[in-house]
Amino acid sequence: MTWDWAFAFEIFPRILQGVGVTIGATFSAFAISLTLGLVLTLLRRLSFKPLSLTVAGIIEFIRVTPPLVQLFFVYFAFDMGPFLTGAIVLGVHYSTYVSEVYRSGINSVPKSQWEASRALNFSPVQTWRKVVLPQAIPPIIPMLGNYLIILFKETPLLMGIYVTEMMMIARSIGAETYRFLEPITIVGFIFLVLSYPCALFIRYLERRSGQIPGSAEKGVKA
Amino acid sequence: MFTNIDTFLPYILGGLTTTVQAFLFGAVLAYSIAIVAGLARTSRLAIVRGAATVFVELFRGTSLLVQMFFFAFAFPALMPFTMSTFIAGGLALGLNYGAYASEVVRGAVLAVPKGQKEAAISLNMSKFQTMRRVVLPQAFRLMLPGLGNNAIELLKGTSLVYFISLADMTFNANILRSSNTSLAAQVEIYTYLLLVYFVLALPLVFLTRWLEKRASKGVSTA
Repeated sequence: MTWDWAFAFEIFPRILQGVGVTIGATFSAFAISLTLGLVLTLLRRLSFKPLSLTVAGIIEFIRVTPPLVQLFFVYFAFDMGPFLTGAIVLGVHYSTYVSEVYRSGINSVPKSQWEASRALNFSPVQTWRKVVLPQAIPPIIPMLGNYLIILFKETPLLMGIYVTEMMMIARSIGAETYRFLEPITIVGFIFLVLSYPCALFIRYLERRSGQIPGSAEKGVKA
Repeated sequence: MFTNIDTFLPYILGGLTTTVQAFLFGAVLAYSIAIVAGLARTSRLAIVRGAATVFVELFRGTSLLVQMFFFAFAFPALMPFTMSTFIAGGLALGLNYGAYASEVVRGAVLAVPKGQKEAAISLNMSKFQTMRRVVLPQAFRLMLPGLGNNAIELLKGTSLVYFISLADMTFNANILRSSNTSLAAQVEIYTYLLLVYFVLALPLVFLTRWLEKRASKGVSTA
């Protein structure tokens, strides 16, 4: 069996129809992980030890067990649609990674910044909103971007719970025609074309991450 | 609920050998590739560097599941020889995680201070000696935590061999689920499966923690 261009062009539009679902799932899951990740980070910082340790334990459990199995668990335990299940499970799974990223960002804010907020009589909410987060978040944007790309490449897992994303379509084409070479290669190609430019952009951000965006004129040293 | 442990758990554990074999096969391949590709990417020869970069970007840019399907279903059609699905799954795991781990190796080699190399040159060491006696011993301890994290990711990745019909733990759990369709049984099956993966991952988690602690201990950072 060799590569058949005519067949490849014939099935390309069909596979391309799944791109929307793939990207939709990626961004829904990413939105969940950004939000939940922040919540987890804050919970882990609580001074009430039993709670913060419990949260740390849950994070560890979610992080080291396979997302595919978590998908199955949630899909069969709760009566939700495949897409919703997929977005939530991937979102929750990656929120544990994202929370680690937030943590590193927050830890990189010098202690003197906290002390200064205190000296200026800022409330905790003000301290977080006006002092800590504006300094903690910009340096971690490239890392978050990396997780967005990783998340994007995890979405084929969703075919396990019958979400019709690209890989699912490719597999059914393969099952119908007994030709797997073209559909799978096309899916790989689409993944590469979409993720590689993003990866290059993030690397560019990483290279200049020594400087915090917008900080130069305000006299803040990284 | 949770009353069928003596029938469900042994059945799931029937796939333990396949999971562990896939993990070991993938890990050996991934770490071999990581070291070769990681060092090749720091090479001074543009062609070596270029080839390694293409390999790494190709395997990082496309999804693991896509690669697994490619090796299991498309590759045999291209090649004159046949390959068992186990080899196909192991190859995909090894090449994919090898590409990720090679970045860890590359980062560690580049993180060795330049002065170390200059000192080796001034001691009239050959390039090979510099690598073996100066750069690698220092880079090695830097890369260990990253490689430990990679091992955890690889273990999670082994659950994907379910898609190419290898009878690993996830596959067995799904067979159980198809014959035990009550909600309670399904929740029970996947709970056990998650717990088994967690228990398998725990040694790797502790090993990584320990390596992280050790990497920063007793080394002059100046």
